Amino acid sequence: MRTTIILKTASNYLLPVLLVFSIFILLRGHYLPGGGFVGGLIASIAFILHSFANGLNKTKELLIMHPGFLLPIGLAISFMSGLAPVVLFDLPFMTGLWSHDPVAILGSVGSALFFDIGVYLVVTGVTLTIIFTISESA
Amino acid sequence: MNEQLILYPLFLQMAISIILMFGWARIKFQKVFSVFGSIVSLGLAIILFSYIWNNGTQTIQAGNWEAPFGITFVADMLSVTLVLLTAISGLAVSIFSGASVLKDRLRFGYFPIFHFLLLGLNGAFLTGDIFNLYVWFEIIIISSFVLITIGGEKAQLEGAVKYFTLNILASMIFLTAIAVLYGITGSLNMADLAGQIAEVENRGLVQITALLFLIGFGIKAGVFPLYFWLPASYHTPPFAVSAIFGGLLTKVGVYALIRVFTLIFVDDPFLNNIIMIIAILTLISGGIGALVQNNMRKVFSYLIICHIGYMIAGLGMFTEMAIAGAIFYLIHDIIVKTNLFMISGVVYRIKGTNSMRDLGGIYAKWPKISLLLFIPLFSLVGIPPLSGFWPKINLIKAGFTNESYITVGAIIFASFITLVIIAKMWAEVFWKEDKELPLRSNFGYFSKMTSAKRMQFVVPVALLSIVSLYIGFGAEHIQELSARIADELVNSQGYIDAVLKSKN
Repeated sequence: MRTTIILKTASNYLLPVLLVFSIFILLRGHYLPGGGFVGGLIASIAFILHSFANGLNKTKELLIMHPGFLLPIGLAISFMSGLAPVVLFDLPFMTGLWSHDPVAILGSVGSALFFDIGVYLVVTGVTLTIIFTISESA
Repeated sequence: MNEQLILYPLFLQMAISIILMFGWARIKFQKVFSVFGSIVSLGLAIILFSYIWNNGTQTIQAGNWEAPFGITFVADMLSVTLVLLTAISGLAVSIFSGASVLKDRLRFGYFPIFHFLLLGLNGAFLTGDIFNLYVWFEIIIISSFVLITIGGEKAQLEGAVKYFTLNILASMIFLTAIAVLYGITGSLNMADLAGQIAEVENRGLVQITALLFLIGFGIKAGVFPLYFWLPASYHTPPFAVSAIFGGLLTKVGVYALIRVFTLIFVDDPFLNNIIMIIAILTLISGGIGALVQNNMRKVFSYLIICHIGYMIAGLGMFTEMAIAGAIFYLIHDIIVKTNLFMISGVVYRIKGTNSMRDLGGIYAKWPKISLLLFIPLFSLVGIPPLSGFWPKINLIKAGFTNESYITVGAIIFASFITLVIIAKMWAEVFWKEDKELPLRSNFGYFSKMTSAKRMQFVVPVALLSIVSLYIGFGAEHIQELSARIADELVNSQGYIDAVLKSKN
């Protein structure tokens, strides 16, 4: 596939910008539109764009590990965020735990945030695995 | 601490899947860990069962939101019994998978998905919220899609397409039914719905909603006009997968039918009549379908359908005795059907085929294994005192009390047909003269296996056969259990109180 130099140059700048944006979307998701799912999609768009411009192998080098490995990590984080109230406070599964004092920039931090981070990782992992598999076999 | 126990089976299966996913490519680790995890989950299920047996129905509110608003998980006797049976079948199939599923399939995440399937099953049995039930159904069918297509053989994909299409359709109808139900009552909590539906004046609308549920669950359970996907797909995937599908997947549909039609849409003569007619037709058509099949797994697939009829008939009669019969049959059927598909796997390994015409002479060559396989086969028929006999007494007795003689006739007819089919199978597969089949190259014949590997085939079959024998010889205990479950189901006020009292 031939790509223009414009796309190639732009994708190098867009990758970090999109990743930061995806994290912004992830964090604002509790009360406003956004969250782990959308954030994860945006993060995978960043990498897919990079692979369009620079070829799949370059993107794989950038990622270091196989994106499929994000699935168990993300699932584990989400699962533990649900399990935390059971283990720590003997409250039912998935009860929301919140910090008393708001943290700078993030605002109140709660177990829901960790659940969303897990979703973010799972969505990124699944999307990238699917897209990479399709473009490899194409 | 003790209500927390309800969710432990779910936590455990989830944790097992996640850990197995971390070891994605390490097949050996996955085999060992899956069996280990299944043993732990069996222990947990026993603890949960005995806790509920001693303390009665328990509930927990996920997320700590109060009852009709949050998602309730309810452990009553029916739920925990099914969780226990899932754990037993899960353990057997987990051992069986290690030896019988090809390496190429295991490399694509067979075991993690298998445990996700068990997670979905446990969740469906334990939830007390109808929308949450839908979510668990989704987890079950997504996992089962992966399991049925993994490996990607042509026949397998053909079966999978039929399986996929009809199950998606069933889910859609189920979801529509939930939407209508929510539109009528504004609630999704099953205990809350029970009270609200009783007060709705527009009975026609309620009946239509009930019929939507009947169709949605009916497709999944494989009842009369809706079963065609089942024999078209169950003989295609690996034997271990058919075993867990045959044992548990259709039974989730039956469970959902029992739950919804004893709790929410209670004792409506119109609905009960429809359920009765469906049950009779299922009994007859499934039995006749099985008569003409040649592939062992196809025979078992049709027998699944036929025997779903017993449980639905018990539900349709809606007396305590009939429901006790249905529950007893459910308990017996989960164990036996899982076992039967594993048996067809063992036969396949011995001779390299499942076609009854070509099989033969297994008894002469493998007498001990044949005697082991005899137990589940004839438990299915229900030769006293084996396990299939006892629930039928309940059902037939209930049929006579209700004076629904056609049902009694259909039940007896189905029993006889099952007897004919199994006797024929026994004669063809085990007693008939051995035929020389062309040897298949690259095929792991049973006779060439190391004894350790053979044990992996024999131990799960033996395990489930022992459970079957217990159900037959310890019928008194199972009868007591089924009677108690039936009592809880018919007098559903206990369930409703257990869910809604936790408000304060």
